[in-house]
Amino acid sequence: MVGRARGVVTAVVAFALLVLLWELAKLVLPDDGVLVGGTRVLPRTDDAAMPHVWTVLGRLVEPEVAGAATTRTVGAAVASGALFTLGLALGGLVLGGVLGMVLALAMQRFGLLERAALPYVVASQTVPLIAIAPLVVGWGGKIAIAGWTWQPWASVMVIASYLAFFPVAVGMLRGLNSPAKADVELFRTLAASWWTTLLRLRLPASVPFLLPAVRLAAAASVVGAIVAEISTGTRGGIGRLIIEYAQSATGDPSRLYTAILGAAVLGLVAAGAVGLLDIGLRRYRGSVR
Amino acid sequence: MTAVELADLQKRFGDGDTAVHALDGIDLEVGAGEFVSLIGPSGCGKSTLLRVVADLEQPTSGTVLVGGKTPHQARLDQDYGIAFQQAGLLEWRSVVENVELPLHVHGIDKAERRARAVELLELVGLGEFAGARPSELSGGMQQRVAIARALAPRPRLLLMDEPFGALDEMTRERMQAELLRIARETEAAVLFVTHSIPEAVVLSDRVVVMSPRPGRITEVVTGERPGADRHVDDVRESSAFFTAITAVREALRKGHP
Amino acid sequence: MTRAVPGAAGIDAGPRGSSGAWPPVVFGIGLLVLWELVVRVAGVPAFLLPAPSAIAEEIGTQFSVILSTAAITGGNALVGLVAGFVFGVALALLATWSRLVGELVTPVVLAASAVPIVALAPVFTTMFGSATEIPRRLVVTVVVTVPVFVASARGLRQVRPVHAELMTALAATPWQHARFVRLPGAVPHIMTGLRLAAPAAVIASIVAEYFGGPQNGLGSRITAAAANTAYARAWAFVAASIALGLLFHLAGLLVERLVTRGRTA
Repeated sequence: MVGRARGVVTAVVAFALLVLLWELAKLVLPDDGVLVGGTRVLPRTDDAAMPHVWTVLGRLVEPEVAGAATTRTVGAAVASGALFTLGLALGGLVLGGVLGMVLALAMQRFGLLERAALPYVVASQTVPLIAIAPLVVGWGGKIAIAGWTWQPWASVMVIASYLAFFPVAVGMLRGLNSPAKADVELFRTLAASWWTTLLRLRLPASVPFLLPAVRLAAAASVVGAIVAEISTGTRGGIGRLIIEYAQSATGDPSRLYTAILGAAVLGLVAAGAVGLLDIGLRRYRGSVR
Repeated sequence: MTAVELADLQKRFGDGDTAVHALDGIDLEVGAGEFVSLIGPSGCGKSTLLRVVADLEQPTSGTVLVGGKTPHQARLDQDYGIAFQQAGLLEWRSVVENVELPLHVHGIDKAERRARAVELLELVGLGEFAGARPSELSGGMQQRVAIARALAPRPRLLLMDEPFGALDEMTRERMQAELLRIARETEAAVLFVTHSIPEAVVLSDRVVVMSPRPGRITEVVTGERPGADRHVDDVRESSAFFTAITAVREALRKGHP
Repeated sequence: MTRAVPGAAGIDAGPRGSSGAWPPVVFGIGLLVLWELVVRVAGVPAFLLPAPSAIAEEIGTQFSVILSTAAITGGNALVGLVAGFVFGVALALLATWSRLVGELVTPVVLAASAVPIVALAPVFTTMFGSATEIPRRLVVTVVVTVPVFVASARGLRQVRPVHAELMTALAATPWQHARFVRLPGAVPHIMTGLRLAAPAAVIASIVAEYFGGPQNGLGSRITAAAANTAYARAWAFVAASIALGLLFHLAGLLVERLVTRGRTA
C-alpha cells in the first residue's frame, strides 16, 4: 500500500514537473525558437505557439466562439466531442474485438485456416492500415444497407473496429495456443471434447494474452476513430475539433491545446475501461502455466 | 597461512519472531591447499556459510577471516574464485572472453589476460573451444569454463556452491576427476558445497557434516581425496571409500533424527 | 527470450507447424482473384472498392510519383525512428540508473502509450511552423520512444541473479556491472523494442500527414486522390504505404536478428 501511494505521488510530481518544464521553456527560450541553418531546432515559445498552462485551462470555461449567440464553453465542446469519439472508439473496439476473437477461435479449430490466414493477420499489424481511412469517406451517403443510409459516423466506427480487430485476433490465438503440451494431453486422456478443452483450458489460458492485446486494440481504435474523423470530416467528434481549432490556432492557440488535452483524456479513459475488464478477469491472470 | 578461519560464526535472517537462525556457533578452519566439503540436508545453511566467506552475506556475529583478511578485503583483492550451481556464463562473450572476465574487470591488459585465459582453458581441457559461444557447449563443458573463470585471478581459495548439481551422473564423475587434478595443479584450497555423499568423500580431505535449523557442524569425517599417484576410480572401488560414506551417512542421520 | 511474453502480444506469433509457404500464397492469390471477380461481376462501384487490376494499372502509371512520395514519408519515419530509439534507450538507462528518475518517467511514458500521440501533430506544427517536416518527425519520435523505452527498461531491469552475484564476487564497480552485464544482457530486449517500433514509425509518419503540413508524402496523396474521386490511384498509394510498412518491419527484423545472433536465451 505504501508503494502504491508512493507511485501515485511520483506520478503527480512527474506531470507537475512536465508543466514546470513547459513554463520554463517559455521563460528561457527565445520567442521565435532557435534556428540552426534555417531549420528550427527548438520551438517557438511565444504565447501563440506555447500558451501558458493556466491560459489553456482558463480557456476551457470561456465561450467557444467569442460573442456568438450560443454560449457553449470550450470545455463543454471538448467534452461532448471526446464523448462522441469515445463512443465510436468503444463501439469499434467491441465490434472488432468480437470479430477478432471469432477469427482466432476459427483459426484454432481449423489448422489450415490458421496456416493460410495468420501470416496476413500478423503482417497486417506491421502495415499502415489506417491509410485506408480517407477511402472509407466515400461510403458516406452513397450506399444503403436494407433501407438504412450509410452514415459518416459508421465509417469512423468501421475504421476503429478494423484497427482493433487484428491485435485481438493475434493475441487471442496466441492465448488459445498457449496451454502447455502436457495440459492439452491431459485433457486428451480425459477424452474431453474440443468444446470442453476450449472452455476449461484454452479460454482461461488465453486471458493473460488477451488483456494486453485488448489494451493495444483500445489505443489503436482511439487513434483510428480520431484519424477517421479527420479524414472523413465527420462532425461532432474530438478529431474534427482538433482540425477546426488548429485552423484558427494563430488567433486562438489555447483552444487547440484544450482539444489535444481532450484527446489525451479520451485515450486514458479508454485505457481505464480496459483496466476494468482487467480487474473483472483477474482470477484468470497467470492461472495456467 | 590458513585459507579460511571461522570462529563462533552466527547468522540470522530477519529479526523478531520470524527470524531464521541459519548458522549457529560455526568453528572451522580450512588449511592452505586443503579440500573441505560442506554436506547436509536442504536448509542446513551450508550455502549461506559459503556465501559469508565470499562476502555475499554478512555474518550476524563471530569472526570470519579469508587468508587472514576480512571477507570484504579478500573480495576486493580477488583472493578467492567462485563457481555457482549455474555456470552463469555471459552468452554474448565467447568462451575465452568469459574466462577473461575477472581479469577484464580488474583492468589487466588484453594480451596478458588472453594468454592467461588460453592457459586456463588448456587446464580444463577446452583449449580448442576458445572461440566458441557458451551456447554451443554442453552443461559439463560450461561448468568447466566457469571453473576456469574462477581460477583466472590465481586465487589461493576456490569457493564452489554445488557446481556439479545440475549435471548427469556420468558427467559428474568425470568433472570430479578434473577438479581433483586442477586443485592439485593449482594448489588452491577448496571449500565445496554438495548434496552428494560420494562426491564429498571422493573429493575431500575433510567432510564437514551439518544439521539444519539452526545450522550447526555435527561432525567432521576424514575424506578419501586421492593423491597424484592414485586414480579416482580406484578410490571409488576401495573399502575405505565405502567406510567413509557410511560414516558421513550416520553423521547426517545423527544430526537429523 | 521474446517468445510467449504476454506483455508483447502482437507481432511475432509465428505459424504453428511450418508445412511450406503454400497455404498463405494460395490464400492470397485466391483472395485477389475473388476480389477481382466480385468487383467485375457484381459491378461494385469504385468508391467502395476498385478492382485489383485497376489498382495495379495505377501503380504502373504513378510509379515515379509513388517512389518520390514514399521517400519523403519513409525519410520522416526513419529520422523519427532513429531519434526516438536513441531517446527511448537513453531514457531507459536513466530510469534504471536512478530509482527516482524511473518513478518519474514511467507514469508519463505509460500515459503516453494510451494517448493518441498523433494528435500532437497540429501542436508541433504551431510550434515549429507548417512548412517543415520537423513536426511530423517529432510525432514519429514520440511514438517510437514509448515502445523502445518500455522494452529497454524491462531488459535493463532483468539481470540473472547468478550474473549479479558473479559481479559482486568479482568486486565490480556499478559502472562495470552496467558495462559487462546489464547493458549487453538488455540488448535483445532493446532490439525487440526497435522491431516493434519500426512499423509504428511508418504508421505515425503517414497519419501525421492527415493533420496538415506539406502535401508531399504518401498520406497526403491518398487524401488528395480520394478527394478527387480517383479511388484506384488512392489505393495504389495505400499499396505503397503497405509496402513501406513491410519494408520497415523486415528491416527491423533483420537488425534484430543480426545483433542478437549467437544468443541462446
